[in-house]
Amino acid sequence: MKPPPFDHHAPETLEEALEVLARTGEDAKVLAGGQSLIPLLNMRLAAPAHLVDINRVASLDTLEVTEEGVRIGALARHARVERSAQAAATQPLLRAALRHVAHPVIRNRGTVVGSLAHADPAAELPAVLALLEGTVEAASVAGRRTIGAAEFFAGPLESSLRPGELATGAFFPALPANAGIAFAEVARRHGDYAMAGAAALVTVDEDQRVSSARVAYLSVAATPLVLDLTGVLERRPPVTCDWAAAAAYARDHMDTDEDIHASAEYRRHLAGVLTERVLRAAAQQAL
Amino acid sequence: MTSMFGEPIVRREDPRLITGQGRYLDDLGRDALAAAFVRSPHAHARITGIDVDDALDVDGLVAVYTWEDLPGRVGERLPLLIPHPALTHGRTAYALARDVVRHVGEPVVMVVARDRYLAEDAAERVRVTYEPLPPVVGIENAANAAERVHDDVPGNVGAHLVQQTGDADAAISAAPHVLEFRLDIERSASMPLEGRGVYARWDADDESLRVYSSTQTSTSVRMAIAARLGLSAAKVEVIAPDVGGGFGVKIMHPWPEEVLIPWAARLLGREVKWAEDRREHFISSAHERGQVQHVRVGFDDEGRLLGLDVRIQHDHGAYTPYGIIVPIITSTQLLGPYKPGVYRVEFTSLYTNTVIVTPYRGAGRPQGTFCMERTMDRIADELGLDRAAVREVNLIRPEEFPYDQGLIFQDGRPLIYDSGDYPEMLRRIKELIGWDDFGAFRAEAERNGRRVGIGLACYVEGTGVGPYEGGHVEVDSSGRVHVATGLTSQGQGHQTVFAQIVASELGVPIDDVVVTTGDTRRFRYAVGTFASRAAVMSGNAIALASRKVREKALRVAGEALEADPHDLEIVDGVVRVKGNVTASIPLRTVAVLSNPLRYAFDDATAQATQFAVGGSMDEPPLTGEPGLEGTEYYSPPRSTFASGMHAAIVETDPDTAEVRILRYAVLHDCGRLINPRIVEGQIHGGVAQGIGGALYERMVYDADGQLLNASFMDFLMPYATEIPHVETGHMETASPLNPLGIKGAGEAGVIPGSAVIAAAIEDAEGIRITRMPISPSELYHLRLEAAAGTAERTRHARSAAIP
Repeated sequence: MKPPPFDHHAPETLEEALEVLARTGEDAKVLAGGQSLIPLLNMRLAAPAHLVDINRVASLDTLEVTEEGVRIGALARHARVERSAQAAATQPLLRAALRHVAHPVIRNRGTVVGSLAHADPAAELPAVLALLEGTVEAASVAGRRTIGAAEFFAGPLESSLRPGELATGAFFPALPANAGIAFAEVARRHGDYAMAGAAALVTVDEDQRVSSARVAYLSVAATPLVLDLTGVLERRPPVTCDWAAAAAYARDHMDTDEDIHASAEYRRHLAGVLTERVLRAAAQQAL
Repeated sequence: MTSMFGEPIVRREDPRLITGQGRYLDDLGRDALAAAFVRSPHAHARITGIDVDDALDVDGLVAVYTWEDLPGRVGERLPLLIPHPALTHGRTAYALARDVVRHVGEPVVMVVARDRYLAEDAAERVRVTYEPLPPVVGIENAANAAERVHDDVPGNVGAHLVQQTGDADAAISAAPHVLEFRLDIERSASMPLEGRGVYARWDADDESLRVYSSTQTSTSVRMAIAARLGLSAAKVEVIAPDVGGGFGVKIMHPWPEEVLIPWAARLLGREVKWAEDRREHFISSAHERGQVQHVRVGFDDEGRLLGLDVRIQHDHGAYTPYGIIVPIITSTQLLGPYKPGVYRVEFTSLYTNTVIVTPYRGAGRPQGTFCMERTMDRIADELGLDRAAVREVNLIRPEEFPYDQGLIFQDGRPLIYDSGDYPEMLRRIKELIGWDDFGAFRAEAERNGRRVGIGLACYVEGTGVGPYEGGHVEVDSSGRVHVATGLTSQGQGHQTVFAQIVASELGVPIDDVVVTTGDTRRFRYAVGTFASRAAVMSGNAIALASRKVREKALRVAGEALEADPHDLEIVDGVVRVKGNVTASIPLRTVAVLSNPLRYAFDDATAQATQFAVGGSMDEPPLTGEPGLEGTEYYSPPRSTFASGMHAAIVETDPDTAEVRILRYAVLHDCGRLINPRIVEGQIHGGVAQGIGGALYERMVYDADGQLLNASFMDFLMPYATEIPHVETGHMETASPLNPLGIKGAGEAGVIPGSAVIAAAIEDAEGIRITRMPISPSELYHLRLEAAAGTAERTRHARSAAIP
């Protein structure tokens, strides 16, 4: 379990990093927290010729919280975002989800943007970004662009970043007024990849009726699955909402796979259970 | 006398180990060459070609070896360590595969390079071509034998053994009640945090070999290496450095690497090291547990066993280097604390194209206990009786010891239990868990929409198997007491408990006692650390050696003090006349006096030189042997039998089918306790592994024999977050078989894990649990099957209408 040979690049500025990425193109992988990449290298499941280590690029180590939302630089560790009171106040779903990301030692090193770029459908943060309709900011020597979550997650472990492009940051929109969030997942052990997970964003109108209800799922599809359950809930007050109908709708609108930990059927069942749980909790919070 | 025996002192090894000062195998030999292996990607295949040309381009490559390069005994089949007459078709592997590979992970080519990175680079470039052969995976395929693992082993049957105490079939047929059912247990593995590893240094001038191995038996590895390499044992030293866990997998030996690394070191005249990585460990070290059991039992109206017939199919993997110890233990220890009526047990040990099976902590007992305890629960359910009451009527009574079960145990000796008090233990475990009050707890939980269940499981464990261990105790002229025993340590706390024994026996401060284990330079004769035997075997040997040293110290001190040795005592390292504190002599001085000298090199030794000592001019200066030291051996007539009972309360989530352990209680009897804290630590670790085996761990092989979860991402060992607080009660029924009255404790905690968790889940769900481990996904499907009528509900559930 030693990686095959690679060239290690350690740029100190964004410009240098982009220049190296432009030069190395498809042969390069970006190293930030390394919590997924290093095991892949050690198991020789990935063999990039170049590692572009961005850990010295201080300008990427940022966390900005504004009324609009939370902007996270490519070097901000999970733990920093998790512990930020401002970030939690502006978008509480971040902290709620981050607490489910592996274990504290991994969160001390792993980065939020790295997790998004890795695009693992079993990871928490891609589902959160998808639910909130956030964006990823990408840069290359050719310029910068902003990629919406729906476009960003192209497939399992596949983002729409292009060769030579670096994800420099991500933006998670703030929690709207009269809205609530909830996050829940079921994993075999504390901190494992979830067999199924769900994040909900529910808003209520001035009559305290559910005006919007969306749920994003992890581990149930090749990319984060977002379902709009507003219609199923028929704009009722939370106390009379038919959560089970929403769960049933969700179960009918996903095509789960089996793995060694969960059958496809059990995974779908869990997604339904979690749908109910997160919707109830988010609606309660929205009131 | 300083009595450290029985004190819950903290482990003396921990400050060093938990501050990163341990020296494990891979901490040694930083400049050694590194070995890596090309391992079979196929479960069963014929090797048609090996092309190493591309590997030769790797800068830093030193050597590449295949089976054809192995000379003489290095290239012969590895030894069958424990032959048995019933093992009629024992087969072992070659150190590097010859012609045919029989499991994924079998070593085919060894690469030696400047470091492990380069060795892996080179290994990746070796091209081995294979002609795939049909793989045999799983017990049913092995038994059906449509394909063979070994051409010359018909039916894939390596061994077949029947033991019986009478006509079980007749007893069962005549019984008022009869039940018949099947049980399944899946594979798991020892999975120590440190994998295996070997580091060898050849001294060309001295023509001697020093080998470090992360092993549970350095003395036997030494003999194996000497035999394979054609060296005199006197020219081979084997040392087990700090070992990061063993749990059984490191008692297997010699592993291919334990032969190949020393061989390569001698051939190359260079230090060579191999430290196993995790993926290698999963696919090339040993597994355990996998069995299918068919039970037929006859019993009376009170649940008393009248006849028991168990047929076991045991999956031993591709080869049988460790013999059939595991199924022998399952079939004998299955009986637990019970009288089975007439017992018949039969096992068939089967080849499959999977990793070999050798003992993992518990060593066949978890399967046996699962079988017997599931049987007890089934009987109780059939009769509508309390599960504890059914166990009670079957228990061996205290006055019935020694109790002969009428079988032959794993050490080739009769299965005779030496001591125990099972009825009292049952009373106490019920009290500890609140067995009789559980109904109220359940009712309250149900009112809150929760689903809970309680389970109980009992076992007896034969510990401290022979043939022997030894101990050497020596007091030096600084007063320090050096203790050595040949068996090895993997974290058990030997530095602490052996020092406690010596401190108590000799009357010295524990801080003066230094313990060395597993170093053949210090102690050459030993068997090894397995079967919960270290405390029993080496503990007693060290106690006997301490007594010998004490006797000598009193004799030498008596001469110096002009006192009768019987009037002397040793307190805090000082020999003194009882009742006269001024007439005393420190042990360090006694040590000097015990070695009459011609030459002095410090003030202390000057006291022992020829013009300093007085005494008779007619007697020789030395009586007996020089030095304040002694060696003794302990060899028991039979194993000593520890016992325990576990009870657990679980909650199952009605929606997600997750299982949470609310309480876990242990009653444990390992005879006299040397150190209760260490015994509890052993129990806690064992319970964690038991829960792992019950709810998390399994080896997932696909039909092609590929291990699908060969990493810690997918092989789920429980974290601290999955393990509940363990409530422990001790009993101390001394063993009459050894001087210290102790029994083994190392494996105890793991044994009833699957049995007790299965019982509690069954109680919560009202659905029969017949296979372990069980995952939430499987429990969910069991619920669906029970609802559809294809999985069986318990009678209790049917009558109580549990949903």
